[in-house]
Amino acid sequence: MSTATDTPRVSTRRLVVVGLAVCLVIAGVVSFYASSHPDGLEHVATTLGFEGVARDSAAAGSPLADYGVKGVGDARLSGGLAGVIGAVVTGLVMFGLVLLVRRRGHRTHD
Amino acid sequence: MHVPDGFLDAPTSVATGVVAAGVVGASLVRASRRELDERTAPLAGLVAVFVFAAQMVNFPVGAGTSGHLLGAALAAVLVGPATATLCLAVVLAVQAFLFADGGVTALGTNVVLMGVVGVWVGYAVARGVLALLPRRLASIPVAASAGAFVSVPVAALTFTGLYAVGGAAPIPLGTLAATMVGWHVLIGLGEAAITFLAVTSIVAARPDLVHVARGRMPALELRTPEPVA
Repeated sequence: MSTATDTPRVSTRRLVVVGLAVCLVIAGVVSFYASSHPDGLEHVATTLGFEGVARDSAAAGSPLADYGVKGVGDARLSGGLAGVIGAVVTGLVMFGLVLLVRRRGHRTHD
Repeated sequence: MHVPDGFLDAPTSVATGVVAAGVVGASLVRASRRELDERTAPLAGLVAVFVFAAQMVNFPVGAGTSGHLLGAALAAVLVGPATATLCLAVVLAVQAFLFADGGVTALGTNVVLMGVVGVWVGYAVARGVLALLPRRLASIPVAASAGAFVSVPVAALTFTGLYAVGGAAPIPLGTLAATMVGWHVLIGLGEAAITFLAVTSIVAARPDLVHVARGRMPALELRTPEPVA
């Protein structure tokens, strides 16, 4: 490892805190301004006429389906809240998984 | 590029599910042995959250069509390909189960397209480009965005391949391949731009945590301006 591990410019804690804050702003606020046009695959499916074979997901009844919170009327609030919840859940699952995998790695080496 | 339920038939979906489960399992092992350590683990969590957040922000690519970041190359460059597969798998599972974005039976397909093909193609291209560029930190975001750009149309082409095997409705495959690649080259440009910005930020803040920088870049405190050729 030739990179300077002993002179980090930003502490890991600060990197994670600032990074997560940026992510929450993107998921909670910026996402409201996302393009609502169909994405590349949906567009191609519509153009070529096979979009009709899509079925509703088994999760279509989820209270967060399609990035909104069921029961919250205001679109900005509903989408923003859904984004924040998704970001938090993703973070919890990934940080938990990483912790688990890292521990397992230590056990084999120790 | 989230494939909904129904686009691919059951046998194809089962097959991609098995492949996805196998690669995720292998990635757990590889990530634990070769990629994740106590210093880099927090970045893996951050990358997954960023990919989730950024995937919410569709950007227009013209003619009433949009695209969003896949984040596969971005993640592979920053935290390593096996950890990147885990990040994408977590994001795709959260999207499928909580948000009904991407089908539940299509989850394996989506993990294969974005979390395996996108990750490894993006990583391989980024590594290849990095080998051609000067050995300095500023090369990393350039290599990452090249990987990002290529990963999107290749994932789109892979979808076409799966559709050829198990597509639910008959579609001329040449047309499908051409339109999928055409649109996803445009989306790849957005992918490259976002990847460049995100990787630049992390390289500026903590180059020592960046996976592809391991053992390849000169020591930071000794970095001197390179002579202009």
